[in-house]
Amino acid sequence: MSVQNQKLDMLALLKEAGIAALIAAALALPLAGFKTFDLNGTLTVEPRFNHVLIAAVVVFFGRLLISIGQKTFLPPIGQAAGNTAGSIGHIINKNKTLLLVLLLAAAIIFPFSPMANRHSLDLAVYVLIYVMLGWGLNIVVGLAGLLDLGYVAFYAVGAYSYALLATTYDLSFWICLPMAGIFAASFGIILGFPVLRLRGDYLAIVTLGFGEIIRVILLNWYEFTGGPDGIASIPKPSFFGLAEFSKRGKDGLPPFHELMGIEYSSLNKFIFFYFLIMALALITNLFTLRIRKLPVGRAWEALREDETACRSLGINPTNTKLSAFAIGAMFAGFAGSFFATRQGFISPESFTFIESAIILAIVVLGGMGSQVGVVLASLLLVLGPEIFRELAEYRMLAFGGLMVLVMVWKPRGLLSNRAPTIRLHNEDPSEQGAAK
Amino acid sequence: MLKFTDVHTHYGSIEALKGINIEVNEGEIVTLIGANGAGKTTTLMTMCGLPQASSGTVTFEGEDITKKPTDQIVSNGIAVSPEGRRIFSRMTVYENLQMGAITTDPKYFDEDLERVYKLFPRLQERLDQRGGTLSGGEQQMLAIGRALMARPRMLLLDEPSLGLAPLVVRQIFEIIKEINEKEKMTVFLVEQNAFHALKLAHRGYVLVNGEVTMSGTGEELLASKEVRAAYLEGGH
Repeated sequence: MSVQNQKLDMLALLKEAGIAALIAAALALPLAGFKTFDLNGTLTVEPRFNHVLIAAVVVFFGRLLISIGQKTFLPPIGQAAGNTAGSIGHIINKNKTLLLVLLLAAAIIFPFSPMANRHSLDLAVYVLIYVMLGWGLNIVVGLAGLLDLGYVAFYAVGAYSYALLATTYDLSFWICLPMAGIFAASFGIILGFPVLRLRGDYLAIVTLGFGEIIRVILLNWYEFTGGPDGIASIPKPSFFGLAEFSKRGKDGLPPFHELMGIEYSSLNKFIFFYFLIMALALITNLFTLRIRKLPVGRAWEALREDETACRSLGINPTNTKLSAFAIGAMFAGFAGSFFATRQGFISPESFTFIESAIILAIVVLGGMGSQVGVVLASLLLVLGPEIFRELAEYRMLAFGGLMVLVMVWKPRGLLSNRAPTIRLHNEDPSEQGAAK
Repeated sequence: MLKFTDVHTHYGSIEALKGINIEVNEGEIVTLIGANGAGKTTTLMTMCGLPQASSGTVTFEGEDITKKPTDQIVSNGIAVSPEGRRIFSRMTVYENLQMGAITTDPKYFDEDLERVYKLFPRLQERLDQRGGTLSGGEQQMLAIGRALMARPRMLLLDEPSLGLAPLVVRQIFEIIKEINEKEKMTVFLVEQNAFHALKLAHRGYVLVNGEVTMSGTGEELLASKEVRAAYLEGGH
């Protein structure tokens, strides 16, 4: 860039800011320029042009600042931040195994550390649920490339299956868990069959609709689901059918602390929940890692890359997509039944669209298809709002701002490198490619 | 081996193929040449059932495949190297080849891989490289290699010369010839590059506006005045 261009053309900047201010004033006039109030029973309008003025002035200086910033100090900062994020991502990719072992070790030690209390364990379980959902959705969105905006529907199916089976038929968690997965998977197939011939945006809209349909059914089918009242007193799981977590034990099962020969602590139950969801999440992860190496997993990834090419290789796209959809739904079902048993109470409130959006945001932010990325993104997206809780309503603003920054600097997600499923030589293929 | 009998294909109300008859015998290289929009790719895709012919029949080894779903047609002895190559650019060369073998019995995999390596030593050098980072010619080799991994009895090639330098085009056509001669592979070649295609092919068909206007051996067509005027003027 020449020196000439870098000089600030103040006149042009002022003009630009002036135009922005005018637009702001024009927008603010109908939005904030009038105040209506009740005067002796009649509605009266009072102009308040000072508000419009304030908006215009703020926009004027704001625009000026941004323009100057864009020419001077913002790009280097942006680049630096982008580079840092990139190099962190690179370091993470390089030392993946070590990092994963450390992360896992930390996760296992955590409940026995002094940091563990009811609140922190609850929060950790909360994060892990999203990690599991993120990993599950990663199969559908990250691997198979099907944009699913209604993933929460399968989560709901899993939760309600467990809640209804457990409260009506008194079945244990360990029997209901696989059943909830099967139910959710069948819903995935039922939905998938008619809609998977759609592509991209169209599929997204239909899945969005499906998510809402499930929620509305749960809300209105009062006799079956309890409607807005939800389902309460959902039984807690036993310790693999060997013990109970209450102080005395029930249903003929001994209490957990007696079985283990340790002292009673109310934390035991929460630690058990923590390990249960961690195991479920890890199963999801290992399953995904394994299936990527099998023909069906490879077919999913190929389908994401190029559907026409897949057809030309003799892959049946409908069946392949359906399997991804069903398996993704199954894991959501598992997560759902865990959610139901942990909460002890579920209602349609827990399965709104925003849940789908958060899970999808986790997958996208993590870098589509990246397993570690999902963990980082869940920490960021689930813990972030919890930590900033003090900020009350500004929390969503901070959240939105963060997303915008990620879009600007890491548009393909935090960890966006796709790792090959098989490596034949001990060379780094990215470097090999760059050297060419 | 492959036979088109009075095949009509429509895209909505537009008739793209107006009753074409083409025959490919075992061991032959047959080429279909024509200008842009003549229906070359449509002919090839009709054979794969995408879109299906609205009337007429396509038979492969005596079996009517007109109404069969695409995946059944392709997984049963026919392999396609599609137009524009369409390799999986984020997957490595090896993974691309694995994808090619997805419908075949895994026990043949190593043997087929060796065969592809022998034909395309360049691919073997680049196994761990992502498809998208290959050069155009290498991508075309990969597309053909991937198709061969399906152990087809017949290979369909849609414009393998597309966007390649003349030298590379010659290389690719050499390899096609080799595949045909050494492997006894039947090849159906759809091409715009009429000169190279006709020089290579045993027989050729000329497609104009959805109709076959001429057919004959490669040499006959190359010598024919109309073909020279329409497709070869300007020299190659």
